[in-house]
Amino acid sequence: MGGAREAVARIGEGPDVVTGEGAPAASAPAGRTSAGWKVLPIVEGLVLLIALVLPWVLQDYLTVFATRVVILALFALSFDLVWGYAGIMSFGQALFFGAAGYGVALMARDLNVTSILLILPAGTLIGLTASLLLGGFLLLGRYPSSVIFVSLGTLTGSYAADRLARGWYYLGGQNGIPSIPPLTLGSYEFEEGPVYYYMVLGILVVTYLLCRFLVRSQFGLALAGLRENEQRIAFFGYKAQHLKAIVFAIGGTIAGLAGSLYAFHEGFVWPNMLGVVFSTQVVLYVLFGGSGTLIGAVIGTVIIEGVSFWLSDNYRDVWPIILGVLLLLVIMFRPLGLISFVLGERERVGSFGKEPGKGPSKAAKKEAGNAAP
Amino acid sequence: MPLLEASGISKVFGKLTALDGAALTVGENEFHGLIGPNGSGKSTLMKCVAGAEVPTTGKVSFVNTDITAFSPTERARAGMSLKFQITSVLPTLTLYDNILLALQAQSSLFDLVLSRTRNRLHDQVMTMLTQFRLADRAYDAAAALSHGQQQWLEIAMALAGKPRLLLLDEPTGGMSLEERRVTGELLQPIKQHCSLVIVEHDLDFIRDICDRLTVLDQGKVLASGTVAEIQANKSVQEIYLRRA
Repeated sequence: MGGAREAVARIGEGPDVVTGEGAPAASAPAGRTSAGWKVLPIVEGLVLLIALVLPWVLQDYLTVFATRVVILALFALSFDLVWGYAGIMSFGQALFFGAAGYGVALMARDLNVTSILLILPAGTLIGLTASLLLGGFLLLGRYPSSVIFVSLGTLTGSYAADRLARGWYYLGGQNGIPSIPPLTLGSYEFEEGPVYYYMVLGILVVTYLLCRFLVRSQFGLALAGLRENEQRIAFFGYKAQHLKAIVFAIGGTIAGLAGSLYAFHEGFVWPNMLGVVFSTQVVLYVLFGGSGTLIGAVIGTVIIEGVSFWLSDNYRDVWPIILGVLLLLVIMFRPLGLISFVLGERERVGSFGKEPGKGPSKAAKKEAGNAAP
Repeated sequence: MPLLEASGISKVFGKLTALDGAALTVGENEFHGLIGPNGSGKSTLMKCVAGAEVPTTGKVSFVNTDITAFSPTERARAGMSLKFQITSVLPTLTLYDNILLALQAQSSLFDLVLSRTRNRLHDQVMTMLTQFRLADRAYDAAAALSHGQQQWLEIAMALAGKPRLLLLDEPTGGMSLEERRVTGELLQPIKQHCSLVIVEHDLDFIRDICDRLTVLDQGKVLASGTVAEIQANKSVQEIYLRRA
């Protein structure tokens, strides 16, 4: 972590004389709140509406595909929280996804546990524990850890888990663990199809709302500070590294939830679920849709998965190339993701204090009341 | 007992000795200027006090506590605050949110998640913005401010946590004459509850607002005393004449 110490030492250094009045201000556009404010709820509502009617219009095999996408969107949400909001470059998010998947698969295989009431808490707990351990190690040093350290650390963790799973006979080696029985609730079995779809959609919506509450709270404001200038907010007295570790753990928990749903939906787990492939995929979902917006993560997942599904059907050989070019174009020309076509900067960042037009604060109202005769 | 006492501070970067046994003593409610030619170690001394650098040798005491090994977070919680030389307001956030971010720094995690201090802090946010003549732009993004206004916003943020000591690294860098004058006015009232250490090139500005000065030259303290004493000091006059 030598880089971290240097990073601390660099604080406050800069050109001795700031040249030209207003030069720094000119680098960013003026920020007066624009009139068309509430794009986000409309987009969110539309996405939810489409998601709700999908099983009615899709053929059965496509509903199964849609279910997989919804679970992956949940996974993307976990990465977006960690990277898009807290600025922690987690290149190994699949570690938590896959570890939970393997964990619940083992519970089903060796202990015959398939009850949803045990499996989902177990999956989240595995995600939480793994992310607490890795996050504690990577983020809670004496000095803030550098981005490189964290991204390589998470990547290594994910890669190591992948290798471990491939080599370990108990975990099924290269083949993973096949034939996981369906999730159950009492005597009911969750088979693939509309019921499983609506269940995971419900879980996604609830998780989404919880995340939304979190990122729009004062805690979210602290995260914005963390993302933009970690050292600055440490000088305000924030325990910046603790904040990071907490968000990392929340992300790991959500990834664990997604991983356990995925394992039971697919009916098997395999080493890729832990490794670099899934870790990279989730980065792409979020970059493509728009990091730092929750809905961007969901949209990115849906579009990338949808497009690659369609492409692989129609352009059997060249589809990965087409997808790659598409991704590159978006990242080059829309670094804030597809969502930035409709969402302005002001709304993306959000306001945490009182907004204009929301009426005076309680205190101001009281004052006005006192002033009146 | 002084509020801040740094003594025997040395800082070596490889072969370069930036500080060589420097010292700085600041009393309660005192405005203290730290001056010296370029490369004399002013900024490094400031960073050692603020916790951005760890001194090679020496001791920093603050409110009778040895804080030499404290992290920036711990120093902030002990009542020390820093305004960076380069402005580091958060450009995409509104002015309001910038101040709120600084004010809520010591709220508990629980309060932050449930946004429980937002209403309570509202009046403080507006007071700070009004004090620094920024209230009418409360809901603009900080990036839209002029350079001078960004500096004021940053001073306001540094003061938000009600520190007992504020460290200002070149507060008037890049400001117009008028902006400098206003900065001096804005700083005066804080003397009632806060001490100040200022690193600054503008000697007129320093003379107008400071009570005491410490002059550094080549990493050592050349002189320390009241403004009048320093102005009368022969060796100080010499280094400034030599380089003028």
